[in-house]
Amino acid sequence: MNTTFVTEAVQQHDIRAHSISLLGPLVAAAGIVWAILQPNRITLLHPRGQGFWWLAVEPPLLLVAAGIVFTLVVARPLLADLERHRATTR
Amino acid sequence: MQPPAEMVHWLFAVGILFVGLCLLAEALAGRDVWHMRGWRKYLWPSLTFALGLFLWPVMAFFTNSAIHMYAHGSWADALMLAGAAELGLVHGRLKSPLWRFTWPVAFVVTGTAFIVHEQNPWFFARSAFLHHLVGWTFIVGALAPLALAFRPRSAAFQAAFAVVIVVVSIQLFADRDVAPVFGHLSPLAGQQHR
Repeated sequence: MNTTFVTEAVQQHDIRAHSISLLGPLVAAAGIVWAILQPNRITLLHPRGQGFWWLAVEPPLLLVAAGIVFTLVVARPLLADLERHRATTR
Repeated sequence: MQPPAEMVHWLFAVGILFVGLCLLAEALAGRDVWHMRGWRKYLWPSLTFALGLFLWPVMAFFTNSAIHMYAHGSWADALMLAGAAELGLVHGRLKSPLWRFTWPVAFVVTGTAFIVHEQNPWFFARSAFLHHLVGWTFIVGALAPLALAFRPRSAAFQAAFAVVIVVVSIQLFADRDVAPVFGHLSPLAGQQHR
């Protein structure tokens, strides 16, 4: 096989793997930036007198949690499978 | 013990964001790799179906008006149908490619429901603005799943589908019960809090 095609395929694969690995951290980072820009949205910083829902549902923290869960549950196994797929099709 | 409406929007935003991220990851990895683990191919269709199920309590408890009830009910139906159709397709029980058209239909029904049940004009308050915006995003964004129905293996169309869903989740995260939008807040909207 032409080595140029192989190199291009490997590079494209690397870009895809890199993009997948970045999705979760980007979402979590967005949550952290949001929390820094609008600290009043983090009710845990001033919990006195707050009801259950205001303590349980805090959008920036939800974003961080979504990013972490996505990375651990979806992205990591997917990257392992992507690597396995590349190894078998090589 | 009922949460404020804005929190319901944020909780749905998390679920919708997760569906969007899964779709984006599937578009990047390719369907063959995504389907390498059995549980993963059912992940986002199941989530979609669950989001449809969770819309029923919203319909039951957030009955501001009859139109709210019809909107949330029709949205629940459409989401459950789209999720169930996708589950059937990935499992192989459903063979007809026509089932893929449930997604654009669900988008149009959802968009219409959003627009119809928002009875205030765009600049009444932020929630009114976002309901109009989400509605039109769904209606215009229905082109992505429509294109995907014709070209189901297109990574570009799947990525476009995912981006529409992620954009909707961002819009839902921006929702507040009483807050200004671009400096506009109708005095009829009530007192802004926090």
